[in-house]
Amino acid sequence: MTAAARADIHARGLAGGYGGRPVWSGANFRIEPGSFVALLGPNGAGKSTLVRLLLGLLPPAAGEVEILGAPPQRGNPAIGYLPQSRHFDPEVSIRGRDYVGLGFDGHRWGLPQPGAHRRRAAGAVAEALKAVDAETYADRPIGRLSGGEQQRLLLAQALVGSPRILLLDEPLSNLDVRNQGAMTILVADIARRRGLTVLLIAHDVNPLLPYIDQVMFVAQGKVTIGQPDDVINSEALSRIFDAPIEVLRDSRGRVFVVGLEEQVSHPHEHPPDTE
Amino acid sequence: MRAVTNVGPAPDLNPIVDIQILLHYAFMQHAFEAGAVVALTAGVIGYFVLMRNSSFAAHALSHIGFAGATGAVVVGLSPVAGLLAFTVAAAAVMGGLGNRLRGRDVTIGIVLAWTLGLGVLFLSLYTGYATEAYALLFGEILGISGRDVLITLVAGVVTLLALAWLYRPLLFASVDEDVAAARGVPVAALSVAFMIILAVAVSEAVQVVGVLLIFALIVTPAAIAERFTTRPSRTIALSALLALAFTWSGLAISFFTPYPVSFFITSIAFGTYVLARLLTRPRHSRHGAPARPDAVS
Repeated sequence: MTAAARADIHARGLAGGYGGRPVWSGANFRIEPGSFVALLGPNGAGKSTLVRLLLGLLPPAAGEVEILGAPPQRGNPAIGYLPQSRHFDPEVSIRGRDYVGLGFDGHRWGLPQPGAHRRRAAGAVAEALKAVDAETYADRPIGRLSGGEQQRLLLAQALVGSPRILLLDEPLSNLDVRNQGAMTILVADIARRRGLTVLLIAHDVNPLLPYIDQVMFVAQGKVTIGQPDDVINSEALSRIFDAPIEVLRDSRGRVFVVGLEEQVSHPHEHPPDTE
Repeated sequence: MRAVTNVGPAPDLNPIVDIQILLHYAFMQHAFEAGAVVALTAGVIGYFVLMRNSSFAAHALSHIGFAGATGAVVVGLSPVAGLLAFTVAAAAVMGGLGNRLRGRDVTIGIVLAWTLGLGVLFLSLYTGYATEAYALLFGEILGISGRDVLITLVAGVVTLLALAWLYRPLLFASVDEDVAAARGVPVAALSVAFMIILAVAVSEAVQVVGVLLIFALIVTPAAIAERFTTRPSRTIALSALLALAFTWSGLAISFFTPYPVSFFITSIAFGTYVLARLLTRPRHSRHGAPARPDAVS
């Protein structure tokens, strides 16, 4: 039953949801080490639910999932997490550098330790800031930075603990097209150089298409995963979700998935997912 | 005790002589000592109050404490005991409401209004003189005994030690609750713990500035410090020093004038805040372009 090489994330019969009412169920998938996976699906379909489940913030409603061979656990240092649509209040006066530093040792009790620990923390933060090219504004108050700058600092925070898996919840959602492209290239580049596995939630697959290995859809109570070419077509999606779904292509080659968000009769269509 | 300030001696031109006069009286020594403890504690916790958007909660805690204090007086207990009991109980409930519940401030406001009503009832039941109520509302640092100073010192040290122990996870949870939770920080328990520590700090500060003026020591110094530095450790240090400066200078000026200490502490705090706003205004428009051109939501 065990595969030759261990998957980074392995789900069997997994169901996700709150209060014993699954938003989706019957998910079987493997995410291999070093792969870049786009997680797509309509609002409220349970994309964030899946991420919260992998973070150990939510128990599986059914089935099981393993991350690096172990059940999800809160505070897993192997996971770097970028939360959904975070916008810091302009009044938040903390420096970006200090925010990233919290990703390194903010979960530890007590005051910051002086000496060797402090130097190690400062080194890790500097490296993470360099990786996302945020050094020029890392000493400004994070609340006064642009959305793109804040998003890079969030990514640096996810990277600073040297994780093996990145869970990025809509890192592109508040960015303009140019910043979306830059952020995608940045994530793909860092992941390739460090051999990281990336699960990235997005609304639009187009900026991601050149870089992703696999695409995962969460919709209509189901989860599916596959190569982009195999999955993102009308026949495959209609078959998987048992609904009339169309994939349209425009003159510039961009794809649009239509029909996923339409409600078919489902016994559990009251997603409490707070997206 | 208050009468002493009303006939306060004239200040000498030599500041050393002034300090000697100030510290000549035991009640002034006690006031400076207790004031220092309260100010440092309030200045430190104020930073977290701002980071957690909890200034209204801090304000409300002191008012809820007023009902507790007056209630305690009615049944013949120490007002400080009632103050602590009510603020800590309210803090535990507020902490349980969480850091980002939308209706939090509304809920707090509703409870606040009711407990103030209770306070009014207790005041009317209490047949003694109104000095007690006056002291609770506006502070009575000049009436502090040596024993009070010791209690304040213990409470202050415990508060600061607790904050030091919680420092990193509390800062993490205050800045980014989602990521902190994912990293294993117990954000819900921290929220309750912080509010209880705040309740103790508020109860201490009430002795100096009273329930109505608590903002001056908890929120104002941190709000000023935040405008000058962006490093948490420096902001906290500056905030504590400012709170100390407001309290001590308020005490000193009040000693040589017939007016109450609280007035000077709050006025110096306010004046410094206005000055800080004027001095630091350019920071807001420093980047030229709008702060977040690509922010949608």
